[in-house]
Amino acid sequence: MNEQLVFDRPAVLADVATHYCPGCQHGVIHRIVAECLEEFGVVEKTIAVSAIGCSVFLYNYILVDTVEAPHGRAPAVATGVKRARSDAFVFAYQGDGDLASIGLAEIMHAANRGERISVVFVNNTVYGMTGGQMAPTTMIGQKTTTCPGGRCAEREGGPMRMAEIIAGLDSVAYSARAAVNNIKNLAQAKRAVRRAFETQITGEGFGFVELLATCPTNWKLSPTKANERIAKEMIPGFPLGVFKDVAKED
Amino acid sequence: MSAKRVFIKGNEAVAYGALAAGCRCYFGYPITPQNEIPELLSSAMPAAGGEFVQAESEVAAANMLLGAAACGVRAMTTSSSPGVSLMQEAISYMAGSELPGVIVNMNRGGPGLGDIGPSQGDYFQSVKGGGHGDYRTLVLAPATCQECYDLTFAAFELAFKYRNPVLILGDAIVGQMKEPVAPRADVPVDPAEGGGWKLTGRGQRAPRILKSLFLEDGALAGQNQRLKDKYESMRAEVRYEAFETADAQLVVVAYGSIGRIAKSAVRALRAAGLKVGLFRPITLFPFPEAELRALAGEGKRFLTIEHNLGQMVDDVRLAVRGIADSEFFGFFPGNMPTPEEFEAPIRAAVKGA
Repeated sequence: MNEQLVFDRPAVLADVATHYCPGCQHGVIHRIVAECLEEFGVVEKTIAVSAIGCSVFLYNYILVDTVEAPHGRAPAVATGVKRARSDAFVFAYQGDGDLASIGLAEIMHAANRGERISVVFVNNTVYGMTGGQMAPTTMIGQKTTTCPGGRCAEREGGPMRMAEIIAGLDSVAYSARAAVNNIKNLAQAKRAVRRAFETQITGEGFGFVELLATCPTNWKLSPTKANERIAKEMIPGFPLGVFKDVAKED
Repeated sequence: MSAKRVFIKGNEAVAYGALAAGCRCYFGYPITPQNEIPELLSSAMPAAGGEFVQAESEVAAANMLLGAAACGVRAMTTSSSPGVSLMQEAISYMAGSELPGVIVNMNRGGPGLGDIGPSQGDYFQSVKGGGHGDYRTLVLAPATCQECYDLTFAAFELAFKYRNPVLILGDAIVGQMKEPVAPRADVPVDPAEGGGWKLTGRGQRAPRILKSLFLEDGALAGQNQRLKDKYESMRAEVRYEAFETADAQLVVVAYGSIGRIAKSAVRALRAAGLKVGLFRPITLFPFPEAELRALAGEGKRFLTIEHNLGQMVDDVRLAVRGIADSEFFGFFPGNMPTPEEFEAPIRAAVKGA
């Protein structure tokens, strides 16, 4: 029988056991990032910036030169990296507590300067690593360890929709939101990450992609139920789509 | 710059010293009294083929410095006291990740918003780490515009030699005053600098990771041991000025602008027949403790003068402990001292024998 290999691990993705929880979608997103790095042929000139949160260990999985940024500061660190080494492909990988709360100034201003960098933003509506506290992206009514009665709009405000906020800045080349909860959305997510990388490579400008993801452990849901929540609750509140693409502007 | 002497401010001397040292990335945020530095570099840095970024905050500026440092590029940020407080996070991460960079603090009055005049209130913050965790930065304290130039130049060499942040601790006096400065020829940076660790994109080699997170059993203890050994080895970099200390009965210890003002007072009192001298630490970390201790061993007494409530005096007392002590005269930030104002406390300390 003739065997043909049709699916394999990207070489830039380490062949190691994961520290992520069962049903966590960081692994899927790492793979998309790894595939895009290989497809653009930039693995050897990539410098990644890992951020504080569960994904600080990005460097254990994606085998590229990496610097670890303080909490929320990845876009500022990435700015320094890109300015120092303009020939490098530079991306930051950040969670929602990191990017949308403590690092709000850094992401807004890196985007507004139109830095030639790409940012992969993983939104799972909670602080994962510290044990499931409320994030700026926590949904109204969602229970967390610091809003045990559920997030209340009057008290804590509403969830921040970062892809739309970033899209509102003049110097941004691309901003989109996607999910990895089913095959159709996964394909769309791959296209979004590709385009967020491409705008840096072509010099069009700052590329931003928000990816909705599960946190079964802190949502206190099974992996299956957590994945179902993406379609049922998250996508209605965080609509998928491309909010800005300079290539589609007149 | 040509080798001809130029008449410039201390702040400008910092900028030109950095350019001569091959600094090619500058990140800053406006704050008085150091604005001449970003203003000058906003055009001079691009003209030298480098990058200038006005950051959204000192937090961001220091983290941009971290990023550029990770690439092994000579980079600098400058600020003044309230801004340097905001940089402490990144400085701690740079120390933990062993990244070289230069941070300039033109010290102004505090606490809080304080004023925009000179102060030495940031001594503790500068020499005892400053941010969280157990670390040290090399600290250089210029007293003249020429030293602003020379020490900034030297700071880059030291930063890369030790893979560590280096602080220049000036103040509003040395930053704002104008003096003739003799520039030196630009020294080309060795392209191999940082070759063993800097991020370039992995190419065909194994990926490099620059980080300060050490979660594995024993890993952080090992890192702290390595850092401790490194900080101890910095002792080789001690610099100081000793003026008329050989036959002095009383040695005035003062650094930076205050050291220079104290020198004028010492000179005047010498002329009046008092056997006084001046010891001016130029490196505040490493502190010239062995040199001070040697003076104490000769039976000399000490008076530490600072533009704060008493900070470096702790290090002077530690240096001479067991054999001598140091008196202290603190000139409060908010006022500008003159040499004459230092003469009375020096006379009193001489009489106290």
